[in-house]
Amino acid sequence: MGEYHGYTGIVAEVLRKAGVKPGDLVRIRRGDGAEFEGVLMPRYSLSPGPYVVVKLRNGYNVGVRVDPSTSIERVGEVPRGKPGEPMPLVEGPLKPPRERVMIVGAGGTVASRIDYETGAVKPYLSVDELSLSVPELWRYADIDAMQVFQILSEDMKPSMWSRIVDEVARAIERGYDGVVVTHGTDTMAYTAAALAFAFHKGLPVPVALTGAQRSSDRPSSDAAFNLTAAVLTAARAPFAEVVVVMHGETGDSYALAHRGVRVKKMHSSRRDAFQSVNAPPLAKVLPYEGKIEMIDQRYRERGREELVVENGFHERVALIKHFPGDIASVIDALVDKGFKGIVIEGTGFGHVSSDAIKSLERAREEGVAVAIVTQTIFGRVNLNVYSTGRMMLAAGVIPLEDMTAEAAYAKLSWALARAESLEEVRRIMLTNLAGEMSGRHHLRLYTHTGRW
Amino acid sequence: MPGLDYKALGVKVGLEIHQQLDTTHKLFCECPAELTDDEGDVFLRMLRPTRSELGDVDPAALFEWRRGRMYRYHAPPSHTCLVEADEEPPHPINREAVAIALGVAMALRSTIVDEIHVMRKTVIDGSNTSGFQRTAIVALGGAIEVGGKTVPIETIVVEEDAARKLGEQGRIVDYKLDRLGIPLIEIATAPVIETPEEAKRVALAIGRLLRLTGKVKRGLGTIRQDLNVSIRGGAKTEIKGVQRLELIPKVVENEVLRQVRLLEIKDELRRRGLTEEALREVRPVDLTGLLRASKSRVIKRALKSGGKVLGVKLPLMHGILGREVMPGRRFGGEVADYARFWAGVAGIIHSDELPGYGITEEEIERIAEVLGVVRGRDAFVLVADSEEKARKAIDVVIWRVKMALEGVPEETRAALEDGTTRYMRPRPGSARMYPETDIPPQPVTQDLLEEAKRYVPKPPDAVVKELVERYGLSKDLAEAVVDDERFRVIVEALERFKGSLEPSYVAGFFIVTLRGLRGEGLDTDSIPDEKLVEVLEAVAKGEVAREAAESIAGYLAKNPEASVDEAVEALGLRKMGREEVEKVLEEIVAQLRDEILKRGERAMGLVMGRAMAKLRGRADGRLVAEVAREKIREVLARRG
Ligand SMILES: [Zn+2]
Repeated sequence: MGEYHGYTGIVAEVLRKAGVKPGDLVRIRRGDGAEFEGVLMPRYSLSPGPYVVVKLRNGYNVGVRVDPSTSIERVGEVPRGKPGEPMPLVEGPLKPPRERVMIVGAGGTVASRIDYETGAVKPYLSVDELSLSVPELWRYADIDAMQVFQILSEDMKPSMWSRIVDEVARAIERGYDGVVVTHGTDTMAYTAAALAFAFHKGLPVPVALTGAQRSSDRPSSDAAFNLTAAVLTAARAPFAEVVVVMHGETGDSYALAHRGVRVKKMHSSRRDAFQSVNAPPLAKVLPYEGKIEMIDQRYRERGREELVVENGFHERVALIKHFPGDIASVIDALVDKGFKGIVIEGTGFGHVSSDAIKSLERAREEGVAVAIVTQTIFGRVNLNVYSTGRMMLAAGVIPLEDMTAEAAYAKLSWALARAESLEEVRRIMLTNLAGEMSGRHHLRLYTHTGRW
Repeated sequence: MPGLDYKALGVKVGLEIHQQLDTTHKLFCECPAELTDDEGDVFLRMLRPTRSELGDVDPAALFEWRRGRMYRYHAPPSHTCLVEADEEPPHPINREAVAIALGVAMALRSTIVDEIHVMRKTVIDGSNTSGFQRTAIVALGGAIEVGGKTVPIETIVVEEDAARKLGEQGRIVDYKLDRLGIPLIEIATAPVIETPEEAKRVALAIGRLLRLTGKVKRGLGTIRQDLNVSIRGGAKTEIKGVQRLELIPKVVENEVLRQVRLLEIKDELRRRGLTEEALREVRPVDLTGLLRASKSRVIKRALKSGGKVLGVKLPLMHGILGREVMPGRRFGGEVADYARFWAGVAGIIHSDELPGYGITEEEIERIAEVLGVVRGRDAFVLVADSEEKARKAIDVVIWRVKMALEGVPEETRAALEDGTTRYMRPRPGSARMYPETDIPPQPVTQDLLEEAKRYVPKPPDAVVKELVERYGLSKDLAEAVVDDERFRVIVEALERFKGSLEPSYVAGFFIVTLRGLRGEGLDTDSIPDEKLVEVLEAVAKGEVAREAAESIAGYLAKNPEASVDEAVEALGLRKMGREEVEKVLEEIVAQLRDEILKRGERAMGLVMGRAMAKLRGRADGRLVAEVAREKIREVLARRG
């Protein structure tokens, strides 16, 4: 017995026998005589239990238990509405300024439509759809849009970074004044760092990554706010850097533009989940007012550089974290599995337990690059203070100063794709390419916990 | 309303009772399910219309968004978390709330569903941070007996309460999030109620049933009634937010009257020969030049801020806008409400209310001339605002007048304090309802059903009988207890003071004493239950006299900040101990020394008279008598 529109087991059997399918108007009679009439809904797979779901006339869904005494009959069919001309949110034509911005879709749903019958949400990323759903974008630029791929954030791979880099580069070559990349939020920080390294030698316009913490099918979605802020940044920012533009606080007041190499998702659900680590955000972006206020005055200026693309990422890089147990075996296993680079989030200053030093030595012998960041997120790695650290240095690990784990991972993947030797990997990793490291932390940088 | 024959008019009323449940936490998070005075963090949000698979958007949502509405949320950390702030997905549905609702469903013999699916109902006025209300059907069908009639129940729903509106400032609306997420049970009856009084009786019966679960909140705002009212030939009007039960008959009456009057207006307009075509031809005329020198404040204000005055002729409409559709409300007011809602203007001026608004007879004459209005036959409407808004308002006015040709439009109306209603928004077409995919369906298991049985309210008659038997209350008093909002508090007090206070005194305190105070205009409803119990506690312990309970409660009603102790102190009602009584009597005996020496023990009456004048209500009479006798004897003994 296979699955039937998400139903399994006895329910699938009963529905098949009754010859009913989702969308049919059905009457269900329970063993106790109770009757339910409504439209048969598909069932989300993975929700178990012998229940059929019907949408009642009043719009509510209810689940009815199916057992051998249940009868289901088809009493009609509900005509499905046909998509009409979508209703625009603003009246009258859009009158964009002369700036042109390309929106590159790489996941994340910034525009979508909801099927009120089933609750299914389908993303729509086309210029037409955006002009109807987020017409505010045209206040700041004439918009073009294209989709590279539509994936879940967690399914992102380094090879996909390359495809995004290619699309962004193409848009810049075609003369757009800025590029926006829509992306799922969970792995956005990795992609942002990867793009920053690929464009670190020459970028004439801003590249702004953005996404949504509340999906765009809800009235309270942050998608339109973030996208508008990102378009504003792409069209008008004075800088030409790869940034993440997302909510700056829980309300819809301002967004922040974070350097791609410094940003980290610090909360699982809040709108203002993204924060700059060990660095101030680059700028404050006010999408309603149409204003950008610089926070960091040192930046790569728009229009100064010619485009230089260094694309390509190595796939066999791992990112692990020290834990009180047998870390040595994990390092060994990664080396055995053929990984060429390992980023380790060490404790505090960056340590792994002293019994793992041998594994680090072996990694070096096998030509595997091991780089160290700290699992405390904030602060700097220092392997000179304690003896374990010094032993790690002797075993050849690369201490990555105050780099985020995400930036370290993307950078190691990028470095391994072009370096010929471990020595060269080390040299690249320790060179500040895109602002991913800094020697100076002032007191106000560590404010992420708020102040009581 | 005298003269309305409800049966003949084919009145049909359905009720939707919303009652807050008294659960330990909210429906989709662990915050306390109660209101608070605490202040909180403030943040600003917007809500956007979402697009359906068919490409359309909800017109009401679109409308609010185009108005540039922003919502300012106040989130006290003691009573709200990331869920209310829409910064975290909802947690699984509160089992206790579901169990209570299932208990009610059992009492109403409703059909309980096997799996509860939480839905999202689009609400875009900002009262839900998410832009939708989470709501779930737990049971269908069933019935309640009221006055020998069986009133069918349609649905029993558990849903989250909305945020509290604090006010509006321009395009910003302020909401407090403490109320958002408090569990509500919604019980909807079939539209079978035929008179205003019957509507109240049914609401009462459902309210009592809910109270008898022992798990509902009390006080203003904890129960809200929505009414669906229609008459034959009229239309279904949804009236939202009747907070007081006593208001229900008045609201129904007024709505029936309104529909009757709108149908009369329809007939009258048709009799006069007004047609849609005629209305299609009318055009707004710019009267700004004509009224530039007008003394009218409304017009002056609009012109000063660069606005215009537009006028439009409404053919054959003389006298119609001035017709009363419900007490204190004219048809012109109905039209103005549409203009306010849809065009955002402050109001309209119509010819049936002129001269007025500082517009002179001479000006009216000239307006009529320019608009081609024949006075005594046609009517006209003026709008003074920015040109864009004024034009839109005129379109809306014509649109609403066209509806009048059809009779009663389908509307959602808001109930006002005086029992009248006003236009709120169009009735939503097919409910914008879709699954809440963040919350897994909740199977109604045997365990859950067992839990629900605990909350099944007993039939009211059985509860009355129990109170009579267990506490010896009179039947009348027991019935009053069952009907009282504080039912649960009273029953707990009866049990607690069993043996220390007579049950009739305890019940009487809540029913008779408090009712008396209410009669004097005191707000006893807002006295916290715990304070009332404390008053009884003081009586039981002998700290205050039985008779003092009334004045203490009165004081508490007048001084919401005061504690029971402070009330007792302020009223000087603390019962005196022996020592204090002795001190008072020593004084009296000293003053009356000569009389006592003259009369001997017979001076007792005199001494007691003086003593009780000072101590009544403050000391126990028997104690006073005892001390008095002692002191008299002391005086007499010293003489000897
Ligand atoms: Zn909460």
